Amino acid sequence: MTEQPLLDVTDLRVLIGGRHILHGVGLDVAGHGVTALLGRNGAGKTTTVRGILGLVPRSGSVRLDGEETVALPTHALVRRGIGYAPEDRGVFAGLTVAENLRLAERRGAGEPAYALVHELFPELKQRARQLAGTLSGGQQQMVAIGRTLLNTNRLIIADEPTKGLAPKVVTEVAQVLERAAEAVPVLLVEQNLAVVRRLAAHCVVLADGRTAHRGPADELLGDAEAARRLLGVGHGPLTPHTAEADS
Amino acid sequence: MSTLVLLTMTGLGLGALYFLIASGLSLIFGLMDVLNFAHGALLSIGAYGTWWAASGNLPGAGPGGAGFVLAVLFGTAVGTAAAVLLELAVVRPLYTRPREQVLATVGVGLAVPALLSGIWGPDARTFPGPEALSGTFGLLGAQVPVNRLVLIAAAVVVLVALRLFLGRTRHGLVVRAGVEDRAMVTALGIDVRRAFTLVFAIGGCAAALGGALGGLYFGSVDPRQGTSLLIFAFVVVVTGGMGSVTGAAVASVVIGLVQQFANYYTAAGLGDLAVVVLLAALLLIRPRGLTGRLA
Ligand SMILES: Nc1ncnc2c1ncn2[C@@H]1O[C@H](COP(=O)(O)OP(=O)(O)O)[C@@H](O)[C@H]1O
Ligand SMILES: [Mg+2]
Repeated sequence: MTEQPLLDVTDLRVLIGGRHILHGVGLDVAGHGVTALLGRNGAGKTTTVRGILGLVPRSGSVRLDGEETVALPTHALVRRGIGYAPEDRGVFAGLTVAENLRLAERRGAGEPAYALVHELFPELKQRARQLAGTLSGGQQQMVAIGRTLLNTNRLIIADEPTKGLAPKVVTEVAQVLERAAEAVPVLLVEQNLAVVRRLAAHCVVLADGRTAHRGPADELLGDAEAARRLLGVGHGPLTPHTAEADS
Repeated sequence: MSTLVLLTMTGLGLGALYFLIASGLSLIFGLMDVLNFAHGALLSIGAYGTWWAASGNLPGAGPGGAGFVLAVLFGTAVGTAAAVLLELAVVRPLYTRPREQVLATVGVGLAVPALLSGIWGPDARTFPGPEALSGTFGLLGAQVPVNRLVLIAAAVVVLVALRLFLGRTRHGLVVRAGVEDRAMVTALGIDVRRAFTLVFAIGGCAAALGGALGGLYFGSVDPRQGTSLLIFAFVVVVTGGMGSVTGAAVASVVIGLVQQFANYYTAAGLGDLAVVVLLAALLLIRPRGLTGRLA
């Protein structure tokens, strides 16, 4: 990448309960398209994302558009234009679908884009008054992604958005992310390599709380040996991983 | 029959008082995971503020009519301000140290009664109130003190107001969401600490109002009132489910009634014990409280 990255993370360290989880992660997210954050289970992908957002105590450097944000509290960083769909979706079970979306509306982040969200996920409009806790996993993921699309963001971070979804819903979610990435850069944590292959231009691979590899996504996925070594057995590049369906 | 009516109305009046303390306590715990041991002190501040104003110390305020309303407003406002101060000066700086935070609220909960006792003495002071509220009214053959009705009405108004706030406003939405998952609220770009101060203000306001009207109920104020009521309010919060206002309302009524009836039909004091037994039984059967859900 020759241009300045949108998000530039260097030497990110996270210490939880006296245990070092991240030992200096570096990654950058390009100003357009999807950057995939990969690695085996427990490699530290979720902790990296939470560290970037300040949801766990961290040190190092996190620059958004060149501005250092590591000292900012989470809400202040998010207000600079980040949409976050966390692992396990983070929807509020006791609130309705409409309330979950309304809560995500940010002042100063443009008119809330309900037209777009309802066009991509018509179900969210039909189920507006339903409690989010009674939705299927796929529908909850739509709420989580819908929240990131409601505001005018500079970056979307999605942590395993296809995890545990039925194949048909995985495709749907991937399509939405692909479309979102035309307008806003996306940092995507993803275990499903078919989705990575389809969406990601760049990738960063973590292993044991460190950055183990960075480069073009097709290069890594095209090298069966490297992919197996970095991403683990059972995640061969040619066998798309399908999780148990719960939607 | 008249005994039953009187016991029921008195139990409901007591329940109303519990609700005024417990609703705020429950919201504060639900949102912030803070057990506010100083909540009884907020009630006492409201009670003494009202007593002080109604005793002729505040121009315009007095024991009767509009003067008494002004005294109640004054006491409630002082209690609310104290709650905001408590959150900003004591609770917030200790947010990353929960153990010290609990100790600090315990400290405030002990210091305020000591302070009140130091200024106005340890003994109960007669609480001035309007003539109209000191009498009784006939209900199904019983002579029920009017102040019970005042407390019940105030609790119903607070319950309705809280439900409207939680259900219809953006701040209320933030509070409900924060009770479920505080971190996710901040990850949506919301400064949840502002909701903390707000919830303390609301809880302090309700508790101070409880103190003001509790003065009518007991006929006097003393420095220990808040602390002894706080214990039952904790029972209500646990019974009703942390963070649930409606749960607190239901539990307040149950606890108030059980206490009154048990105290009357068994030995005095056994009612208080019965409430604790009820709590223990409930914790074993339904650890999340009566309703097991939020707001
Ligand atoms: N809050 C926490 N407390 C203790 N250990 C944690 C915590 N969060 C994550 N870990 C540990 O950190 C490692 C990385 O976890 P995580 O970031 O969730 O990995 P990934 O998302 O790549 O699967 C794991 O070994 C996990 O057990
Ligand atoms: Mg993870």
